[in-house]
Amino acid sequence: MRRIDVSLITQKVAELFESVNYKLSDDVSKALRNASEKEESALGRRVLSSLCENMDVAENEQIPICQDTGMAVVFLEIGQEVELVGGYIEDAVNEGVRKAYEEGYLRKSVVNDPLERINTKDNTPAIIHERIVKGDKVKITVAPKGFGSENMSRLFMLKPAQGVEGVKDAVLETVKAAGPNACPPFVIGVGIGGDFEKAALMAKHALTREIGSKNEKEEINSLEEELLSSINSLGIGPAGLGGSTTALAVFIETYPTHIAGLPVAVNMCCHVSRHRSAVIGED
Amino acid sequence: MEIKINLPTTKEEIIKLKCGDFVSISGEIYVARDAAHKRLMELIKEGRPLPINLENEAIYYMGPSPARPGRIIGSAGPTTSSRMDFAAPTLLDMGLLVMIGKGKRSPEVHEAIKRNGAVYFAAIGGAGALISKSIESSEIVCYEDLGAEAIRRLTVKDFPVVVAIDSGGRDIYG
Repeated sequence: MRRIDVSLITQKVAELFESVNYKLSDDVSKALRNASEKEESALGRRVLSSLCENMDVAENEQIPICQDTGMAVVFLEIGQEVELVGGYIEDAVNEGVRKAYEEGYLRKSVVNDPLERINTKDNTPAIIHERIVKGDKVKITVAPKGFGSENMSRLFMLKPAQGVEGVKDAVLETVKAAGPNACPPFVIGVGIGGDFEKAALMAKHALTREIGSKNEKEEINSLEEELLSSINSLGIGPAGLGGSTTALAVFIETYPTHIAGLPVAVNMCCHVSRHRSAVIGED
Repeated sequence: MEIKINLPTTKEEIIKLKCGDFVSISGEIYVARDAAHKRLMELIKEGRPLPINLENEAIYYMGPSPARPGRIIGSAGPTTSSRMDFAAPTLLDMGLLVMIGKGKRSPEVHEAIKRNGAVYFAAIGGAGALISKSIESSEIVCYEDLGAEAIRRLTVKDFPVVVAIDSGGRDIYG
């Protein structure tokens, strides 16, 4: 057993949320800079070069890349040989969020209740997805999620007979409807299979993958490449003002499903695709 | 070609702008988003006066991140305009001339823009750090309890936008 004090989790969560709001991970910033060289439309290149300049200003002056510093999504992979001490882990995560959003001058965008809508003023509660895994470490992945793109996400309960063509149509339909509202160029997370909530969770988790990484399943990797190419032919372009860069990546996760169903979730993310991880317990 | 305008301005100046024009905005603008629009609409429904005068004014759909000490404002990019479509036609009919945000608008907003000779500008979504450099002052006008959603008055200099819907109803998003 490895004993981990949850105060360490608070500290890591705070560090990760602060830093990822000022500086995108290298894969995303590299993808944006590459896109600004390859974009075919002059207006599109102008938008992309502003987005690159925006990343520089954010990093140099420690201003959030986007004012929507998101709802605080946290994935925790907790090794089953870990003993957590010093408090309740979800309290520790929320304390980390509170600290980052207060001390990091990040926007507090969370309301207490979806209908009453009073701002909680510290961006808590976080959305926490815990999974018990093998081993004696804790992996924390933070992914602050802006709602301009979240609002354009969709869930489809397709019929099995619709197959892969149905999946492609669902993704393209979602991207077309998102258009300029969701701040293209997008990163698109897709969950296929499982059930209603599993599909949505896979789509969200898929957004934390590194741009440029290949899907382990060859046929799914080809589907990702095909979808990316179809999406970039739609002409939506940077900021939705036209061009050949509508998405930077399409990431798919799959899971076994029921004989009667083919759930497909499409989680849209803007170009400010923020995710960062840390592992506690690595010697 | 970039057109420079100073806000607030007049209808005569606004109707010269064409869909797709690059415009560089200087002057004073209001900031309001979802919760502030909801309050304004409630006041209008009750026939009570508004805390701001809309005549010839501009509203930027935005909710900034907090300013660090010594700074004017935090990150300050546009939010999705369509969430304000429920209120925009009424506000345009009351004299609002300019809206700044991102993304598509409803057919009702198109009609109200044409009817009133107004304009809808798009700023670059997700470029909030860069846009903050165009902001020279920021003060809360009302609804401070709404936090990031309070109504603010900004002074901007060379804030870059594109004409997304012009006074004739032409729309850059097709």
